[in-house]
Amino acid sequence: MITYSFLQHYWWFLVSLLGGLLVFLMFVQGANSLLFRIGKTEGERSLLVNATGRKWEFTFTTLVTFGGAFFASFPLFYSTSFGGAYWVWMLLLVSFVLQAVAYEFQSKTGNVMGRRVYRLFLVFNGVVAPLVVGAAVATFFTGSDFVVSRDAMGSMGKGLSPVISRWGNAWHGLDALSNPWNWVLGLTLVFLARVLGALYMIDLLDDAALVARLRRQVLIDAVPFVVLFLAFTGYVLTATGLAYDEASATFSPEPYRYLHVFLSHPTILVLFAAGVVLVLTGIGRTLLKPTSVRGIWFAGPGTVLTVLAVLLVAGIDNTAYYPSVSDPQSSLCLANSSSSEFTLQAMAVVSLLVPFVLAYIAYAWHSIDLGGLSRKQVESDEHAY
Amino acid sequence: MNVLTILDPGVIDWSRAQFALTACYHWLFVPLTLGLALVMGIMESIYYVKKDPFWKDVARFWMKLFGINFAIGVATGLILEFEFGTNWSNYSWFVGDIFGAPLAIEGIVAFFMEATFIAVMFFGWHKVSRGFHLASTWLTGLGATLSAWWILVANAWMQDPVGMEFNPETVRNEMVSFAAVALSPSAVMKFLHTVSCGWVTGAVFVVGVSCWFLLRKRNRQLAHASIKVAAVVGCLASLVVMGTGDQSGVQIARKQPMKLAAAEGLRQGGEGAPFSIVPGVEIPSMLSILATHDVNGYVPGIDNLLEGYTAPDGTVHLSAQEKMERGRLAIDAFSRYRQHRATQPGEAAKARQELTDHMEYFGYGYLESPEQLVPNVPLVYWSFRLMVGGGGYILLVLLAVVWLQRRGLLETTPVALWAGMLTVPAAYIASQAGWVVAEVGRQPWAIQHLLPVNVAVSQLTTTEVVTTFCLFALIFTILLVAEVKIMCNAIKQAPDVRREA
Repeated sequence: MITYSFLQHYWWFLVSLLGGLLVFLMFVQGANSLLFRIGKTEGERSLLVNATGRKWEFTFTTLVTFGGAFFASFPLFYSTSFGGAYWVWMLLLVSFVLQAVAYEFQSKTGNVMGRRVYRLFLVFNGVVAPLVVGAAVATFFTGSDFVVSRDAMGSMGKGLSPVISRWGNAWHGLDALSNPWNWVLGLTLVFLARVLGALYMIDLLDDAALVARLRRQVLIDAVPFVVLFLAFTGYVLTATGLAYDEASATFSPEPYRYLHVFLSHPTILVLFAAGVVLVLTGIGRTLLKPTSVRGIWFAGPGTVLTVLAVLLVAGIDNTAYYPSVSDPQSSLCLANSSSSEFTLQAMAVVSLLVPFVLAYIAYAWHSIDLGGLSRKQVESDEHAY
Repeated sequence: MNVLTILDPGVIDWSRAQFALTACYHWLFVPLTLGLALVMGIMESIYYVKKDPFWKDVARFWMKLFGINFAIGVATGLILEFEFGTNWSNYSWFVGDIFGAPLAIEGIVAFFMEATFIAVMFFGWHKVSRGFHLASTWLTGLGATLSAWWILVANAWMQDPVGMEFNPETVRNEMVSFAAVALSPSAVMKFLHTVSCGWVTGAVFVVGVSCWFLLRKRNRQLAHASIKVAAVVGCLASLVVMGTGDQSGVQIARKQPMKLAAAEGLRQGGEGAPFSIVPGVEIPSMLSILATHDVNGYVPGIDNLLEGYTAPDGTVHLSAQEKMERGRLAIDAFSRYRQHRATQPGEAAKARQELTDHMEYFGYGYLESPEQLVPNVPLVYWSFRLMVGGGGYILLVLLAVVWLQRRGLLETTPVALWAGMLTVPAAYIASQAGWVVAEVGRQPWAIQHLLPVNVAVSQLTTTEVVTTFCLFALIFTILLVAEVKIMCNAIKQAPDVRREA
């Protein structure tokens, strides 16, 4: 039966899946953050830039679609988090704007700022984007300081604010930096993106010297990634979450909330475990077997599954996925923040196109990447960056 | 807990400024993307059919310029989408149930198509078949055009909200008809008008650059071939712009009469209203013809709209004061409903009925004076003239260019080449002015009749929004300068494409 609640969960699943894909596709950011570390000569750097230069639009488009889908399915999150944690999102936007132009502009004459500056933009985006996305996702568990009052729309004139969603402090998102757990997940994503970036390059590039350096880099980034990831997992499994009671429309704290959700949904537990195993397999194969170049094929899907499972746990079973620390009753859960049944239904029909979209992306991607990428190819390509 | 309960009034204008800044920059790049996609697609199709490598080289030259322009359009577009949430928080909740859907569909249907096939278009020349490559070029353009469709559906809905109902329980408007939103006449007309304007921009860009080549007596074959395609595309697209512009005028007269009155600077309207060319020069009855397609049609002026009037068909239009009073009744009923809904169902039902009765004027309740309903008249008035004047100039020049080229006289007529080059700035000025008419002309409404901008904003401080405004202004400007310089260099270094002898 397609009920309102089913649609809310379906859309939470899609948003979570998009989130998973976004984190996987941030291998572009991770690789860019390694640009100066791995690329020692101009030829090498140019090869690295051109390798991610054929993929960056997918990450970008996934981010846009993630935003659009979240807006359409859970507009109260959009209005509360974007308008409230203003600086977090602005930082993310600025970093992506700089990235978007950096590819096309860096090697063209007349680009005003010079190649190096554009490449530094890529590095900036490469570190900031995963950090901010990670910190923002962490607040799904650690909570934020905001109030939602729908009655505010009744204020007229008198200078009283009619704004429904208000942030509780003047930091407008910078306050997220004061919680160490937000840093932990932010940095987890930074290191994960670097690992994924290196694995992607190892698979794609036809350049022995670079690949050897990239393999070393996988080890350097994998260690902090695993430590931070385990720490955050430990935090989530022991954290107190807010549970929503639909009858009374109130939230109440529940110790080990996320652990309970995990345990009552073995499927999600399997998703999570499979995801983690795949990521570790991808890393392990690359480190232990010098001939293995397929690490990204394990770690990429593994990332998608892990993030999907974590986001699902944040939202299902009437858990507050965007808890308010200052006014728990203002927290957002699927039931109180989603679009109307009609809109979710209409959007669900549109979502049937997604497999078709994925199919043509895979096909087009396959056609262009055939045969890897070498320095020679980049040099002979008229459209190279 | 320290929650701000007073709204900082500076936030409203600075949030508008920030959105306007982003939108204006975005619209510098998007029309060229839309238009060049069409011109390039035609050129590559000629190559595909004739198998003449000359046309492939011609198409590839314009693709290179397309690539330079594309990324910055994408970047500004990302900011626009997020700014609905960051700067217009109340708006995002109040109408997100309707407004979010087109944005999500835009991502799923359009952006992925664009992103996927642009990669094939640029990197696939030696890797995929000619047919697949041609399809990719067209699909890149189609993706851009579909994206325009959905975002313009969203914009048209703000100007002419349809297919929704207010739900005081959730305190938002909820969609009741997807078809009414996605296929509203305003959306269709807005899409056609805007996209054809993009086609004109792409066409005059190609014509303008080619005229420069001819003036410099270089890249002659490239220039002639390009003009042959682009000038015709431009003429046809100009006709679509004119036709849809005319229809938009009729729609605006019905849905947003204040915008029309402001665009004409018409204080007192009436039957047989004159059209102002510039202040003091008027064509009698012309405005009535344009707005109602009837010589004696009634067109209300600004004062009529504020004071209220009775149309010739007997319909009574309330004064602004009256609308504001009814709006306050609606908001008051809303508050009472919220207060009583859990405890006193009888009172709540009564309040809900009152709310329904006055819902039509809900947004007016937030206004403090009738004058707030009048947009910036000189700005809208002059923008309208720039838009129409620029469009007219472009069509005339393109017709002349087509005619001269057919006669083989184009290269020997420097005046025409100069005029052709000037169509490029004319297109940018006209299309920017067009958005000023559409968006400044609908002030104070974020959503027509329903939500004024002062109730749509986020709870931020002026300092915060000024900071991000300056940051974006700085970044966009640097990037624009870089883009223009790179573009000029790429044009100067254009390969001398020649037909094989």
